[in-house]
Amino acid sequence: MSAIPLTPEPGLPGAAPSPAAAPGARAERGEARRARRWYTQPALMIGIGVMALVLAAALAGPLISPYNPNAQNLNATLLGPSAHHWLGTDQFGRDVFTRLLYGLRLDLRIAFLAVLFPFTIGIILGSVAGYFGGWVDTVVMRVVDVVVAFPFYVLVIALVFVLGPGERSIYIAITLVGWVSYARIIRGEILVAKRQDYILAAQSGGLGNIRIMRRHLLPNVISQAIIYSMSDIVQDILAVVTLGYFGLGVPPPTADLGSMINDGQNFLSTHWQLTTFPGLVVVLVGLGLSLIGDGLADILRPGQA
Amino acid sequence: MGRMTFIFRRLLQLIPVAIGCTIVVFFMIHLIPGDPARTILGIHATPRAVALLHKEWGLNRPLISQYLLFMDRLLHGNLGVSLYYGGSALSLILTHLPPTLWLIIYSSVLAVLISVPLAMIAASRKDGARDHAVRVVPLLGLGMPQFWLAFLLIYAFAIKFHFFPVSGWGTGFFGHLRSMFLPSLTVALALAPVVIRSLRASMLNVLGAEFVTTARSKGIAGKRLFLRHVLRNAVIPAVTVLGINIGFLIGGTVIIENVFAIPGLGQLMINSIFQRDFTVVQGITLVFAIMVILLNLAADVAYATLDPRVRFSR
Repeated sequence: MSAIPLTPEPGLPGAAPSPAAAPGARAERGEARRARRWYTQPALMIGIGVMALVLAAALAGPLISPYNPNAQNLNATLLGPSAHHWLGTDQFGRDVFTRLLYGLRLDLRIAFLAVLFPFTIGIILGSVAGYFGGWVDTVVMRVVDVVVAFPFYVLVIALVFVLGPGERSIYIAITLVGWVSYARIIRGEILVAKRQDYILAAQSGGLGNIRIMRRHLLPNVISQAIIYSMSDIVQDILAVVTLGYFGLGVPPPTADLGSMINDGQNFLSTHWQLTTFPGLVVVLVGLGLSLIGDGLADILRPGQA
Repeated sequence: MGRMTFIFRRLLQLIPVAIGCTIVVFFMIHLIPGDPARTILGIHATPRAVALLHKEWGLNRPLISQYLLFMDRLLHGNLGVSLYYGGSALSLILTHLPPTLWLIIYSSVLAVLISVPLAMIAASRKDGARDHAVRVVPLLGLGMPQFWLAFLLIYAFAIKFHFFPVSGWGTGFFGHLRSMFLPSLTVALALAPVVIRSLRASMLNVLGAEFVTTARSKGIAGKRLFLRHVLRNAVIPAVTVLGINIGFLIGGTVIIENVFAIPGLGQLMINSIFQRDFTVVQGITLVFAIMVILLNLAADVAYATLDPRVRFSR
């Protein structure tokens, strides 16, 4: 589980070689099999369990809660937890538990959708760069260098600002910033894979480049991108929540975990639960996805533990 | 190769990246839907003001000459005029720089102080109970919104117990040290999971190395082995990991400065967003990118200095 490629903000390529890229392979390889049997598989199972719970809660939100997430009741503001309001109410008398479910629903939807575009674009550009090499590779990787020079949050916040707050801008910003990690991962994998005999055989057999990339290379290299996408979704949820916190997310009164934390911040000393629970939900999602990522890494990358 | 040559060569490599960053920042204005000048100046802008901005930024000219105009201003140290505050955007940015630098350095130090012992504890007995305990930290920490973590710390250490101020960055060196502790701790805690993960892996790697076996066979064990032989070789990767994640760290400072009301670049950025001050947001975005590039270079040089095996050979 130590080998999950976790570089939310990878440095410039050509910077110092990352010793973390080759973790204790020697020390760990011998134990990989034992580790997979009793530790890793449970990690995957727990992760899937946590995510199933979270997704079920998000999807079944309207069934679980009788309240409207945006319905204000100014006679029942800032109530403590009770049988009627499990997590109490906020400053407008809205049920916090209901808003939590709807906010989770929105943030999960945005994060899962947002990861699809950079995933696809990054894989295509990374494959092309790695497979053809030459000037195509140079151009793509120089662009990667530039995007990576910007801190993730700074660029995403700035882009959403110029594009105008809202869901569409979040997708565009995350796509423009996020594809580079996938492109780098896939390019690196392709550089190794394209020298293998089966690719040389396919080439000398006269298969087209597109077909080789799509049918022969991609299935062999995509697992790395899938593993990374788990931590990428976590990062995107954090980005969505952070944008919501700064008022750059989905406009109010729509429930969003970030804006809920922001609203609760004014009542921190008296009503700590308003800030605490939305954050806990985000942590839970992060835990579930990280566990799944770790479990997948051990299954899809045998011998690297 | 001498150290100066190494630094010089790395600087040369960084120039195209820096130029690329200016292109990205330049194009930010053109991502604005509609007429950028009209959007930037707001709906109450007079046609004359709009025309003036068009002329200043050359918005009627082809893109390439607009960019050259932008670069010409940039090379003269001109980041434009702040649309809200009025003065030069560059001097505004420079006055907000010190708190951000403080936060970056302070949180890097705290991140190392937190990560190194934990990674050592984890690596000292692989797959032991302590190892598993430490390995849970990244799982919980990576999904934690930084501003949320900040609120928890504020609630615990500033509201319940008045150990630290709720906000601000204090006056004087010791004032900064005290006021900036909670903000820096938040950034450090957000960074720690990443550092712990890489450090643990590299320590396990070092523990499997032949010189450790040699040391063990000479009868060196326990603390002495760890401090003298393993730690020294594992701290070098910590510098690299910090360097690689400098962008993540800076992103964290932007968020945390706003939670703790620290008058740094991050707060200026978010305030400028609320005031719709495009020039300042544009300038700060560029300054942050340049900061990442330079700090990466610094980490490279530090890495090469600390590790005699690298010795600028690449």
